[in-house]
Amino acid sequence: MKIRDIKELLNADVLCCEEELDKEVNSACGSDMMSDVLAYVKDQAVLLTGLLNSQVIRTAEMMDMVCIVFVRSKKPTEDMIELAKKLDIVILTTDLRMYNACGRLFSEGLGSSKVNGDV
Amino acid sequence: MSKAINFHYVVDGDDFTSAGEASVDIKRKLRQLGVDPAIIRRVSIAMYEGEVNMVIHAEGGTVDVNVYEDKIEMILSDEGPGIANVELAMKAGFSTAPDYVRSLGFGAGMGLPNMKSYTDDMKIDTKIGVGTTITMVVNLK
Repeated sequence: MKIRDIKELLNADVLCCEEELDKEVNSACGSDMMSDVLAYVKDQAVLLTGLLNSQVIRTAEMMDMVCIVFVRSKKPTEDMIELAKKLDIVILTTDLRMYNACGRLFSEGLGSSKVNGDV
Repeated sequence: MSKAINFHYVVDGDDFTSAGEASVDIKRKLRQLGVDPAIIRRVSIAMYEGEVNMVIHAEGGTVDVNVYEDKIEMILSDEGPGIANVELAMKAGFSTAPDYVRSLGFGAGMGLPNMKSYTDDMKIDTKIGVGTTITMVVNLK
């Protein structure tokens, strides 16, 4: 799936790095707890979250993620968008809630890949 | 083994917003040095967790990253309260972080266990009321 497909499936707005929309992504994860993302996530390219602070962007960068989707209509600050631009991370925002946003992507084939601790 | 390259950072303890700036920077530097991306990820995640810990618990500190031919060493030093029970602090899920930290997405008690799991060696030198120094090593080969 391309980031562009995520944008369409979630009816999302693109807040930065529009030129990266054709990047291919194979897996995603959803969490409001950055500690858990850092501890359990492995090789997910997309982060869906309802948490809104600069640590979300840095956590995504640490995990080599290429796209962040803010759910529940959360709008990141200019500082956060600037940071994401610098790191080439696409920022999307959607009105959908976390469960619905994840469900739509999952049912369209965007899996969770291998997560630490999964059997 | 001669020291190859040193990167020194001062971590500002006043502002949670800026926590992680050093880790983002080291990631960029290691990329420029052509280090394997899988190694870079392990180093930067471990350092990021350490940096966030410093801001939450110790009002900041310093980080030195030494890149040797065969390993990358991170030394994180603070003059914070120290860790009362290291064994307990190493348990996944144990946290002394205040509640506001959890609302920021951290404080799940995964920091130290995560730092250990992403590195090949980790030493904690801590003294109550004096501070904590954590030395982590990721082998390059």
